[in-house]
Amino acid sequence: MAAGNFEKYKSDGSVGGNVLEWVDARFPATSMWKGHLSEYYAPKNFNFWYFFGSLALLVLVIQIVTGIFLVMHYKPDASVNAYGVPVAFASVEYIMRDVPGGWIIRYMHSTGASAFFIVVYLHMFRGLLYGSYRKPRELTWLFGVGIFLVLMGEAFFGYLLPWGQMSFWGAQVIVNLFSAIPVIGPDLSIIIRGDYVVGDATLNRFFSFHVIAFPLILLGLVAAHLLALHETGSNNPDGIDIKEKKDENGIPLDGIPFHPYYTVKDIVGVVVFLMVFSAVLFFAPEGGGYFLETPNFYPADPLKTPPHIAPVWYFTPFYSILRAMVWNFFGLDAKFWGVVAMGASVVIFAFLPWLDRSPVRSIRYRGPIYKTMLTIFVICFLILGYLGTLSPFPLGEVVSQICTVFYFGFFLGMPWWSRMDKFKPVPDRVTMK
Amino acid sequence: MKKFLIALLFTPLLALASGGSVHLDKWPGSVSDKASLQSGAKLFVNYCLNCHGASYMRYKNLTDLGLTEDQVRDNLMFTSDKIGGLMAVAARSDEQKLWFGATPPDLTIIARARGDAGAPKAGADWLYTYLRSFYQDDKRPTGWNNVIFENVGMPHVLWQLQGIQVLNHETHKLELAVPGQLSPAEYDKAVSDLVGFMVWMGEPQQEFRKTLGVGVLAFLLLLFVVAYALKKEYWKDIH
Repeated sequence: MAAGNFEKYKSDGSVGGNVLEWVDARFPATSMWKGHLSEYYAPKNFNFWYFFGSLALLVLVIQIVTGIFLVMHYKPDASVNAYGVPVAFASVEYIMRDVPGGWIIRYMHSTGASAFFIVVYLHMFRGLLYGSYRKPRELTWLFGVGIFLVLMGEAFFGYLLPWGQMSFWGAQVIVNLFSAIPVIGPDLSIIIRGDYVVGDATLNRFFSFHVIAFPLILLGLVAAHLLALHETGSNNPDGIDIKEKKDENGIPLDGIPFHPYYTVKDIVGVVVFLMVFSAVLFFAPEGGGYFLETPNFYPADPLKTPPHIAPVWYFTPFYSILRAMVWNFFGLDAKFWGVVAMGASVVIFAFLPWLDRSPVRSIRYRGPIYKTMLTIFVICFLILGYLGTLSPFPLGEVVSQICTVFYFGFFLGMPWWSRMDKFKPVPDRVTMK
Repeated sequence: MKKFLIALLFTPLLALASGGSVHLDKWPGSVSDKASLQSGAKLFVNYCLNCHGASYMRYKNLTDLGLTEDQVRDNLMFTSDKIGGLMAVAARSDEQKLWFGATPPDLTIIARARGDAGAPKAGADWLYTYLRSFYQDDKRPTGWNNVIFENVGMPHVLWQLQGIQVLNHETHKLELAVPGQLSPAEYDKAVSDLVGFMVWMGEPQQEFRKTLGVGVLAFLLLLFVVAYALKKEYWKDIH
């Protein structure tokens, strides 16, 4: 199914045909088109949850295109202008007011950041529902976890650029976390900042990471994610292998060509997504104060710490896990263990393919144990996310600690509980529900 | 487990309780009322734009309020002689810090900055309440204090309009001790206009944004019908 063994294009004698034949003899145009689209056979029973992969790609394109236009007018400069306002902050307002169409580009980019995480979280949840990470798709999953990590870095660097209060203090808090690492921590945090405090050097290097380094890594990982997926073929809501049942031409009986079937279906998904996206962009661009945090409408002021520093919503579940660690272990500060727990809570997704020992992939044929565990996991994730937006308070701390235990329990206990379930028989062919 | 569930149940309530916010009066105005915005602009340039800047905003953009460039030039342009100039005050933040204890913030996007997580539009309510909550306080260097912004550095610049309020320490309510040029109802209207101007200035294209949004959604709805029909047509043989 992968690109490679397709016949070269033969011209029908027309000019266009001749050009295509010339190109195809020198470049795998036909084989890429067929291998990845018109003769890439995807299971015919994709449901709602299968929209979010192509939507993530769409949001990536939106972010890159709007980003290119923003960079034309944005200035990564922390020095103050004649009116006492940092140049970077003023340049964002300049984009919002004086650049024709600038506000719509900027809102697309800021809404796109949150949309990216919504889409990616739903895409990951699909993996959990149908066991998409299981053998033989472990590499697809690992590239995906890599994408998620890079995306978090990309979002973190990008959030500093408007140089508002929350940009500044959020970066200050997160970079300070690195100083909790024993021995190398303090120097490491200085290397990251390029200064002893978050300043112009930090802003410039974060700008460089945000617009060059991380997008490059992201694109590479996305290509690898798709190539690995197209090598093994897609999973489906039944979690069964469509390649086991093929017709006389070697085409899976339950497979349909990605193009045109899923291209036309994904267009419907894209339009619905754009409606939700536009509803936020045009009627609530602040996303209720969660997509654009209100303190970020004040320029960065290193002398004025905001009363409550909250990360953007998509980081809050992991931020809660960080705050949940309040004990010093082995002579190391609680802050260090918080960093370890936060890092582990993200990286642990990478181990899923080897933690899950159930004989079936899909939740449809798993029993009550998996359904209960997944539900608790999602509830804990949401509670952690909610608590992370609030100032710390005693009961919240206890709740976040309980949720953290469940969060890690879901993964670490999986080798045992995933085996004990009551499984249903898996059908031979996919079902259309 | 039981404790955990009980804790879950009360989390949102506690979150509300921990907010600990003061009561804010709802801003009664609207950014689509051009006459109100014009009167707010006039108050703004006369009373605010001496200490506070609005340095992301250009005078020319005031023509969006239904004014001609000449009207803007003659009535509103006090800090620049160029219609394309910014509504900024000359930088003298060091002096201001000496006088007031803090540099007066830029007001261009103050209505947005004063919003809250979960209520980004609450900034208007805060400003509307704040500008009506000054009272005489001889303990403060300026002679003024504010109910919702304790020990604020800013004096009550609108006192001639409102009059002088005092805080009744028994009822914790404000009382008008000396009437001003405006009646309380007129003063509330003037403040509402002023707040309206600041809300508008925070994002001058906000009304256009919503209008455009309706058009975009209408287009997408049409596109959805076409896309859905196309999908149905292609998929009719897949069972």
